[in-house]
Amino acid sequence: MISIDIQKKLKAYSGQQWLKVNRDFADGSITKIYGPSGAGKTTFLKVIAGLVQPEKGIIKVDDRVWVDTASKITLSPQDRRTGFVFQDYALFPNMTVQQHLEYASNDARWIQKLLTIGKLETLATHKPLYLSGGQQQRLAILRALAIKPQILLMDEPFSALDAAMKAALISELKVLFNELKATVFIISHNPQELEGLCDEELMIDTEG
Amino acid sequence: MDLSPIWLTLKLASITTFLLLLIGLPLAWWLSKGKSIIKIILEAIITMPLVLPPSVLGFYLLIAFSPQHGVGKWLLQTFNIQFVFSFQGLVLASVIYSMPFMIGPIKSALQQLPASLAQASYTLGKTPRQTFLRVLLPNIKPSLLTAIVLTFAHTLGEFGVVLMIGGNIPNVTRVASIAVYDSVEGMDYAAANTYSLLLFCITFVLVIGVFIFNKAHAKSPLE
Repeated sequence: MISIDIQKKLKAYSGQQWLKVNRDFADGSITKIYGPSGAGKTTFLKVIAGLVQPEKGIIKVDDRVWVDTASKITLSPQDRRTGFVFQDYALFPNMTVQQHLEYASNDARWIQKLLTIGKLETLATHKPLYLSGGQQQRLAILRALAIKPQILLMDEPFSALDAAMKAALISELKVLFNELKATVFIISHNPQELEGLCDEELMIDTEG
Repeated sequence: MDLSPIWLTLKLASITTFLLLLIGLPLAWWLSKGKSIIKIILEAIITMPLVLPPSVLGFYLLIAFSPQHGVGKWLLQTFNIQFVFSFQGLVLASVIYSMPFMIGPIKSALQQLPASLAQASYTLGKTPRQTFLRVLLPNIKPSLLTAIVLTFAHTLGEFGVVLMIGGNIPNVTRVASIAVYDSVEGMDYAAANTYSLLLFCITFVLVIGVFIFNKAHAKSPLE
């Protein structure tokens, strides 16, 4: 069980806005996050990952406290080890596809499996500059999965994929999420995109 | 023809560049992350040698490290180290004087990298040090090379600050730029020309090397 009750101040042109989320998420659930632009969807994922600190609140994962602002407890991103798929992919320009996965994991069999799922085996020695947008996005997903995360945070993870590739990848990911028993949060602007994948929804909107 | 000023200059530039690389990498990394009043003040101090007359910096170093009083006296009595009119004094002055040339390009390059690169590395369980060495540093190679070459070349050309703190002692503090001045003063234009030509050639080869290496990576070689 992931229990989240946080408040985070957001910078906005129209004065001060607050991101407020108070909700529990079952282990293994896949939650679609949606809401207007600038509402703090990406910030919400970063708060879970420990990349951004909330002004107030508590995050508990299976009774382990990740954040408790009142007690000044904040687990580092390294200790949380959430898989994170960044909207801009955040691929390392100096590393090949294979090196990206080896940077995240020492498990050669797992890396090979991920390369097969992402259909990137033949591109293992390529650096991001020589990959298409879709291939880069798949690599970002595989890298996040390489650490076998308990929680996977995905920010617009399928936006650059064509329909066929998206459908094939989603069906593979469903099996993988189940295998990892990962709790997944996915931001998406396209309501149809995640049909059949998510079992929960979270609407994020700001409060003035 | 006495070539010792050229060798001394190359030795000084190499030691200064090496020391500044050790100091500059962590300092530039720290300065590139966020802003605070301490960082702003420190950055202003580091940038001062760019705008301050070298003789002013040299004068203050001369006063600060004079063996007659203060820090200079303490260093001499405690560690038997004298910075005034010695080679280590030249190194100290050069490190201070060339610091903005090492820090500037590295800091600027680190700031231009997307924040998500380091963040992605942290979520993979990597420490800030691992992230710096394996992700950030390899992706600023052109700027790192620029910083190294600029620091080296700038140290080759130092005059005012090294003259003030080091004087003109053959084989100890008489670097090439001082040898040029000294030769002209002594009406030995042939020697001045040889020193000048050698400095010109070394610097030109270094700068053109950076231009060639960086042409694929940066819009301007000094980026």
